[in-house]
Amino acid sequence: MDDRKKNRFKTSRRFFLGQAVTAAGTAIAAPKLLDSLSPTSTDQANAAMLSSQSEVGKVPITLKVNGQTRALTLEPRVTLLDALRETLGLTGSKKGCDHGQCGSCTVLVNGDRIYSCLTLAIMQEGNEITTIEGLAKGDTLHPVQTAFIENDGFQCGYCTPGQICASVALLDELKRGCASAITPNLSQTPKLSTVSSAEIRERLSGNLCRCSAYNGIVSAVQQSAGQSPPSPIATIVTSEELA
Amino acid sequence: MKSFTYQRAQSIQEATQKLMQARTEVIAGGTNLLDRMKVFLDEPDQLIDISRLSFNQIQPTSQGGLRIGALVRNTQLADDATVRQNYPLLSRAILSGASQQIRNVATIGGNILQRTRCPYYYDTGFACNKRKPGSGCPAATGLNRMNAILGASDQCVAVHPSDMCVALAALDAIVEIEGAKGKRQIPFTDLHRLPGNQPQFDTVLQPGELITAVILPPMSAAKSGVYLKLRDRSSYAFALVSVAAIVEISQNKIKTARLALGGVAHKPWRATAAEQFLIGKSVDDDTLQQAATLALQGAKPLAYNGFKVEMTKRAIRRAIGISANGGGLA
Repeated sequence: MDDRKKNRFKTSRRFFLGQAVTAAGTAIAAPKLLDSLSPTSTDQANAAMLSSQSEVGKVPITLKVNGQTRALTLEPRVTLLDALRETLGLTGSKKGCDHGQCGSCTVLVNGDRIYSCLTLAIMQEGNEITTIEGLAKGDTLHPVQTAFIENDGFQCGYCTPGQICASVALLDELKRGCASAITPNLSQTPKLSTVSSAEIRERLSGNLCRCSAYNGIVSAVQQSAGQSPPSPIATIVTSEELA
Repeated sequence: MKSFTYQRAQSIQEATQKLMQARTEVIAGGTNLLDRMKVFLDEPDQLIDISRLSFNQIQPTSQGGLRIGALVRNTQLADDATVRQNYPLLSRAILSGASQQIRNVATIGGNILQRTRCPYYYDTGFACNKRKPGSGCPAATGLNRMNAILGASDQCVAVHPSDMCVALAALDAIVEIEGAKGKRQIPFTDLHRLPGNQPQFDTVLQPGELITAVILPPMSAAKSGVYLKLRDRSSYAFALVSVAAIVEISQNKIKTARLALGGVAHKPWRATAAEQFLIGKSVDDDTLQQAATLALQGAKPLAYNGFKVEMTKRAIRRAIGISANGGGLA
């Protein structure tokens, strides 16, 4: 294989994703541009898009992320998710739907879970932001991260950073006595030791998993809560044993 | 998202004055506004951040009710000990909406003022009288499974998406409003409006006005209040229909009844005729059936949402029945 051919296959995953997103973005933007009836308004729209891409409008923003203070210069319209991924290089938080429907961008702000795609970076100044990158202590994983590994709490892994951040917050909410929509008695909220799988599923309903690793995810939360979830290893029963 | 300038309001007065300027929006939680801005439904030139103002307290009122600041987060209200104890249907309504991540950020004022999720409103490739008055309502003849069956007009068949607001309607809440011209209070059920021929307006708020608080009156019967939500999946979905019911029983008869419906109209729908009918009746199948029929009188289902009529009637019967037995999880 000559060098040119080799290079054709050297497109990195991230570079490919960048190209793919750009192509999809063009497709989505097309109907919006078609709305403009005259060439003049299309020109105006293009001019507006260009000016918005310039340095004009950027403002200094200070964020506290995973214990570090980071000084940034961003447009006010940049979401926390985009600031984390595109500016700070913290690509653990994922962009799934970008509309608060999938949960893959979940991070912790002052300990509470939020969708980082549905808040502006500039609105989070002064708050303690924790992303998936901030959960482990050096090489020691957070217990919830360990539990996800030990219970097969994922398949492709794309939703996993969001699922883990959401689960860390969920456990804290249970300790603080937060209720859910299906808590039978609002004055007796579930304890970590007895929280049901139905409660865990309800409380994690803001995080979707298209691989449908939900059983493993629920087991991981149960283990993190101090319960003994069923083993993720399938039990194979032979016909002789059944007989 | 179109670019904009961003400022933090230092006072409510500053926010209401700025809000009088053209192409200006206020942001608090932003979970609905940013979602809309991303698809160019809202394109403000300036965004005024009110989230750091001090309207974030839940305080007892001298009458024995609660005053809830407009910037209280949904989670904070749902988990408030007094709300759980005295207004449990409000906790349950909030907890049945959105997800924990959204409830942690979204404010009470924002929940009230969130806009419809009618798919034709959300997609700028379609006409929509709410988005662009006079352009038409493709939902009326289109895929309208989620749309209104009560109080709609030929201009708009959108429904209000909030769960919390259905409970607030049943609880006789009051809304505190502040604008450039001063403060005023109105009953919560008068805040949202029916679409008529001006579907672009969701509420009676005037330009520059902001909601500063919601006031709950004392209501001993609310302890047995029920919120029942029916939807396509068991969690994290908007209501097909929902019911907030508060009935007070005395000597085996209904003494007072409050009934509000969600997912059926452009505003949280208070079923006053059914409430009046229930007073003095005993809770039996016949009474519940008649009350449900009264509540849906005048319903005009669209091509794909005829099921909502019967579904709402059944939800009403179930919710009233549970409330009459002391309330709890519906």
